[in-house]
Order: sequence, then C-alpha cells, then structure tokens
Amino acid sequence: MARGQAHDVDSLREIARQLRIDSLRMIHLAGGGHPGGSLSAADLVTALYFHEMNLRSEEPDWPDRDRFVLSKGHGCPVLYAALARLGYFDPQHLDTLRKFGTILQGHPDMNKTPGLDATTGSLGQGLSVGLGMALIGRLDRRAYRVFVMLGCGELDEGQVWEAAMCAAKYRVANLTAVIDYNQLQLDGTNDEIMPLEPLEDKWRSFNWNALRIDGHDMPAILDALRAAREHEQGPTVIIAKTIKGKGVSFMEDQLDWHGVAPNAEQLEAALVELGP
Amino acid sequence: MTTAAPKRELPTRHAYGETLVELGREDDRIVVLEADISKSTQTYRFAEAFPDRFFNVGVAEQNMMCMAAGAAICGRIPFVSTYAVFGSMRACEQMRTSVAYPKLNVNIAVSHAGLTAYDDGVTHQAVEDLGIVRSIPNMTVLQPCDAPSTRKAVRAAVEIDGPVYLRLTRIAMPILYDDNVDFQIGKAIRLRTGGDVTIVAVGDMVFQAREAAERLAAQGIEVDLLDMHTIKPLDVDALLDSATKTGAVVTAEDHNVLGGLGSAVAEALGEHCPTPLLRVGLQDTFAQSGSYGDLLRHYGMDASHLVEAAQRVMRRKQ
Amino acid sequence: MTTVSQPGIKDTTQELARWARLLRYDTLRMISNAASGHPGGCMSMAEILTCLYFHEMKVDPQQPDWLDRDRFILSKGHCAPILYAALARKGYFPVDELRNLRKIGSFLHGHPDISTPGVDMTSGCLGQGLSAAVGMAMAGRIDRRDYRAFVVIGDGEMNEGQLWESAASASHFRLDRIIVVLDFNALQFDGTVHEVSNPGDVRGRWKSLGWNVLEIDGHDIPQILDALRQADECRGRPTIVVAHTIKGKGVPFMEGDYLWHSLMDNDLLTSFVKEMHDELQRDPDGFDADRLW
Repeated sequence: MARGQAHDVDSLREIARQLRIDSLRMIHLAGGGHPGGSLSAADLVTALYFHEMNLRSEEPDWPDRDRFVLSKGHGCPVLYAALARLGYFDPQHLDTLRKFGTILQGHPDMNKTPGLDATTGSLGQGLSVGLGMALIGRLDRRAYRVFVMLGCGELDEGQVWEAAMCAAKYRVANLTAVIDYNQLQLDGTNDEIMPLEPLEDKWRSFNWNALRIDGHDMPAILDALRAAREHEQGPTVIIAKTIKGKGVSFMEDQLDWHGVAPNAEQLEAALVELGP
Repeated sequence: MTTAAPKRELPTRHAYGETLVELGREDDRIVVLEADISKSTQTYRFAEAFPDRFFNVGVAEQNMMCMAAGAAICGRIPFVSTYAVFGSMRACEQMRTSVAYPKLNVNIAVSHAGLTAYDDGVTHQAVEDLGIVRSIPNMTVLQPCDAPSTRKAVRAAVEIDGPVYLRLTRIAMPILYDDNVDFQIGKAIRLRTGGDVTIVAVGDMVFQAREAAERLAAQGIEVDLLDMHTIKPLDVDALLDSATKTGAVVTAEDHNVLGGLGSAVAEALGEHCPTPLLRVGLQDTFAQSGSYGDLLRHYGMDASHLVEAAQRVMRRKQ
Repeated sequence: MTTVSQPGIKDTTQELARWARLLRYDTLRMISNAASGHPGGCMSMAEILTCLYFHEMKVDPQQPDWLDRDRFILSKGHCAPILYAALARKGYFPVDELRNLRKIGSFLHGHPDISTPGVDMTSGCLGQGLSAAVGMAMAGRIDRRDYRAFVVIGDGEMNEGQLWESAASASHFRLDRIIVVLDFNALQFDGTVHEVSNPGDVRGRWKSLGWNVLEIDGHDIPQILDALRQADECRGRPTIVVAHTIKGKGVPFMEGDYLWHSLMDNDLLTSFVKEMHDELQRDPDGFDADRLW
C-alpha cells in the first residue's frame, strides 16, 4: 500500500483494535508470547503499516519499499497480525505462532516470514541494523525510509547509543526511530530498573530530532510520522508514551503481562473488552 | 601445490587492505565498515579510494556488526574490520544473532590474530576467537598464512553465501605462495608429502611448521604438512588421508589449544580415524607482552617445540 | 597521603608541573625504548595523572593493597606508559623497571594488567573502565569505606555503548565516589572526533544522565585541582570532569597530529627524548637531574 492511499483515523483505530484481538488470540493459541508489549505497540504499528509506509505486499522484496525493523522483537505478534492483514501471507498462519515448522517464529526471522525486513529479538541491535539499511538506501539513491521500533527497556543497551551517535554523524534523515515507551521492563518500571529521563535530552545530545507524543492518539502519531518525514537534517526519534497491555483493563500497566499467554477464560474476557 | 621461496614479507592485513581496493573497483556492492582503526586494519586504503562506500562508526564494534547486517540485507557485501578480540568477542552476540542466524553475506576481517599482536599484550591478543566463531552455525572461518593466499581468501569470502570470519596477522609474514596459488575454501594445501607424521598448521604457524618439517627431514623423518587455512568447514578428507598414511598427527595454531584447529582436528580424527595427536598452541593460558619470537618460544609454539611434539607423537604410534 | 608539600597553591602548581614534565620524559623514553606504544594520548593526560597521583589520590605505595586507598582505572588503557611512569615515581616499583615496557617477563605489559604493583584494574579494551569503577564504588559503599574510584577515559571511548550503560548505572545508584576525567583531546585513532564519530553535546549528554559535569583546561593544574576538589565535595551523583587537552602536548611535532596516536617515527622520538634528557639535566633547581635515566 502506498503512503497516503490509506485510511482515515477511524478506520486506522479499527485496524488497531483488530490487531490487538489477533495478537491475543495468537498468543493464547501459542501458549506463550508477550501480550503487554504487543498491545502497547498496536497503534504505532497500525499507523506505520496502514498509513505511513510505502509498501507492496504483493512484492515483498520491492527494492524501493520502506523498511521496518522491530528491534523489540518479542512484540512480533502484532507485527505478524499486520503483515497477515496486508496479505503478505495467509492469516491462517497466525494460528501457528511459535509452533514447530511455523513461518512465525517466537522472535522475527526474516528468512521464514514474508514481509519481515530483519531478524531481531536480541534487544538493542535493531537501530544499528536500520542504520545500515538507511545508509545503503542513500548510497543506492533510493527514496525508501527505514523505521525502527524500540522498546524502552532496550534503551539500557549501550549499542542503541552507539547507533544513535553514528546515525547523527551520517545525518541519515531517512531513519526514524519509534520508541514504544510503556515504561515497564521485565523486572519493573524503567524508574526502578534504570531511569531513562530526561529522554528527549539524551537523544538531542546526540543531535537527533526528538518528538514526544501519546502513542495511542492516532492523529498525534500520524502528525509525528509526517514531521519525521519532513525533517531533512538528520534522524528523528518519536518517543511515544504508551500503556503496556493497552485495551485490556486487567493487562494495562501490569508487569505480570509482559510475557505470559492468556488462558481461554482470560482471552474471552479480553475480547469482550476489545469488542466484537 | 604452488610454492615459491620466501622473497619478502607482508602482514596479511596489508594484503587484505590492498585486495579490498581491487574488489571495490570491480564490484560496487562492496562496502567497508570500520571502528576507528583503519590505519591498522588497512581499510584506510579503501576509504581513500571509495569514500562513499566506507563507514567509520567510531569505537563501536557492536553497532558496526549490526550495521553490516542492515547493509547486507539491502544487497551490499559488507566487510567489517577491527581487531580479532573485538570482532569475535565484543560483538559476538551481534555476529551470532544479526549476521550468522539470518545467514547474511557479511565478511568479518579481523587483524591482530593470536600472538601476532605481540607486545600489545593480552587485551589485544585474540587466542579464543577461532573456538568462538567456529561454534556459530553458518560461519566460514579462514586464516590464510601469507599475502597471496590472503588475497585469494578475501575474494573467496565475497563469493560465499553467508558470513565469513577472516583472521589476519599484525606482523609481517613471509611470502610462501605465488599469485596463482590454488586457494579454495575448505581445501587444505599440502606443503610437503611424507609418510612419518602429519603436521596440520594454520596461519602464522604454517611457517613454524615448515621449519620444523625441514629439521625433521634432516633427521630422516618425513612430514606430511597441511596448510589448513580453512578451519571451518574443515577439510576432513585431506586430514583423514594423511592421518591414515602417517598414523600420527600434530596440530599447530596461534590460539588456545581449546576450541580452535586442534579441537577441530581432534573431533574429526576421533569420529573417523582415532590417531595419536598432539596439539601445539597456547596451553589454555593467557600470554603477555613481548616480541613475537620470544612469545612463541616461551609458550612452546616455535619450530623446536613442533619438532619435539612430532617426535613424541610418533612414539605413540601403534 | 600526598607526597608534595603544600605551602601554597603556586608552589604546588610549580612542583606538580615538574612532576608532569618528568612523567612526560619517562613515558617518551619508555616508548622509544620499546619502539612501540601510544605517545599522543599519554602526553595529553600528563597533568591530569600528575594531579591525581601526586596530589589528590589517597594511596600508599608501601601498601598497594591497602583497602581504603582510592582506586584508579585507566580506561584508555593504551596510555599505560604514563601510568607506569607515575607508579614508578610514586615508588610502587623501581624506575629502572620502566626500561622493560612491553618486554617478555616484565610486568609492564602493553596495556595495564592488574598484576602490576599499583594497577587496580586490567584495561585496554575501550569502554569498559567505568563499569569496573561502578562495581568498585558499590563495593566501597557496602563496605562503608570512603575511598573514591577515579577513571580516566578517552574521547573515542564515548563511541562505545558500554560507556553509556555504565554512566546510567553510576547515576542510578547515586555513586558520588566515582570521579571520571575525560581526556578530551578531540583526536581518535583515525582522525578528529568529528570526522570519526559525533561527540554531539557531550556536556548535555552527561547532564541528561544525571551527572555533575565540570569543564576545564586539562593542562591547567590549578583548574584540575579545583575540579577534583569540587568533585570530591559533590554528593548524590557522580562527577565527570571534561578536560580539554591537546594530544601530544609538550612535544611540538606531536601536538594535534592524530597520526601520533601510535608511534609514528621512532628516530624522531628518540632524538627528542635525548634533547629532553639534556634539558632536564640542565634544570637549574636540580629537581629532575638525579631522577633521570
């Protein structure tokens, strides 16, 4: 889907709702996975894949496509759901998440899943991979852009800042980092484990363009992505404040839902909340 | 086999740097990433010739490894250069997860292998790297011994589908081969034919092994000498042919005897053709600063020790 | 446990300047002897290291393992020669040992090794020193000892992500006994910091990480002493002293030339060392003459 053809805000919200439902179903069927971070990223993934990014789902290897690197690879259920809905593969595959022989590995494997641009799951590496892609895009004089979605916990990894420093050195304006800033990591809140604030200051000290938004406010997300596209002096980071487990009351802001699959009863209760 | 008498010397990293420039001219897919030691790894030559295709990321090896993955995904053939210590260990998990697992055509060319880093001391002497990278699936692992075979190895690395780890020396190595050396990944080069004892050597230790073989020949002991420039995939056929013939094997590597060539040879012999074996290399110890020659002598890795090892292992023949 | 008398700041400054000059001499002589090493970055930190070892740090060369001593980590470990010179001049081992830099059997390895008398941490792989200091400072706090952990880092090390991991940790754990001095000579192995990497807003970044940030001329001894005093007084957060320096300082042909990160031309260096030797021997107040080798 080419950028701009896409949906209005209401239909994007509806897609995000569907992706949340798909993610929870998948994780339930798999009996394992990371619901919290899938739900927090759902609106951001929707805005990217169904509005901002230049893609051809019928031609996954189209050289001019925009790239997406899910650096927080454990949030892949929501990405798989988006790719299925865009037609990269038959949605029936979603039922096979994490099962033997599946194309949908527990963490993204670019050689197994159509539509994936990178293999990820080891936190802190995705921005570097995206930076490599962005530099080559510029070298090849192609207009594609590269989006990297980072979790907040992985900002503890020094490698993220190596990449931040290097991206600014090369002024790669075709690189956009989106932080799913749900402020919870595996062992606790960011503040308890390793504080991140003032986060914009950190990125700005590396000469990045830094924006902060509500990561569940669809118009705000679209605005920020447009602003990143129009910023031509260097890379942009969108710090998107989100809620882990967003959309399901008993999962919201709950540390325990980082990496646990809902059982049948919990899934049913969640689907009631998310609506038909 | 094509050999020529040693006429001059060159560090294999220099041959690497020169070949990169040739490749850069021939193939515009080649890009080079560097972590602030381009004068040392010799990638500065490429930087001067092709500034657009050269990326100096600063002292940030982990970032560099994953950037190379991104570049490879976008159709380029990246070379990543740093010292072996940092390429194999500081950026190890990045190499494993972002490069080897997706089987990307990233070539990791690292200098200062083993004791060739000599007086820089332990921090800069990689004596564990072969064991580490060899255990990572999809990796090809090379250490050519001289400049001509290094030039061939760099070119072969480009052709291989998947990541290659190429180990280079800081210090100058004699020129052993001529420019037409038949260097094929996974094919050992037989430097001497003999029936008494096999010496399998890699990298800079090939030269110690040659000298040892000459001294042994003077004692009437004929050495079957293999330059095992490819540690993975190991040329098991050549090894078994030789071991079956001689019935005694010595390995020689500038590396800990755990994990590297000695281990690879022991695994192959153990599975296919149990044969008395002695592994010459660092005996599970860190080294220290000193000249290369002093260090080889002190740690039992020079030609004299190889001679002794050959004699000892021959006594264990059945 | 300072070894210099302190009748007044002016005398102190003069005496420290002489020590710095002697450390420069020792360092260059060692590198010229070994025909190998990294002179540029040693020269840039001569005053910093002098102020630490000959004024600020609480150490006792007679008891290298004294539990309450201040700790020192040379994170930019390739500049080991000047650390060895300081340790020798403090009396941790004979000055004569400096002749054996990088030789087999000597404890003066190419990069610092914890087995060398007075060396608190093995280093040389860039970006790791501050992490070790965080561990030391945590241990000191648990043990209720008030020693400090000093770390000298190079500017190229700011490329290493691990530095930012450790900087965040030091701040999060409020380790005010950590004092980092950044030897900001603005040259890396491959060129200027701007060519090679992208230092960005260094001061702002350390501030954003919750650090107390001081900025000085790293060759100005009173400024260094003052910064170290302020750092010691700071409570609740670690301090970084951003010390602007000149790589190769004190050696005209080295100053500001990134190629002298490593030993470029040993003949040139050796003749300079000889000149320096003669000059020090002629020193009117005799401070240096009997210490030369």
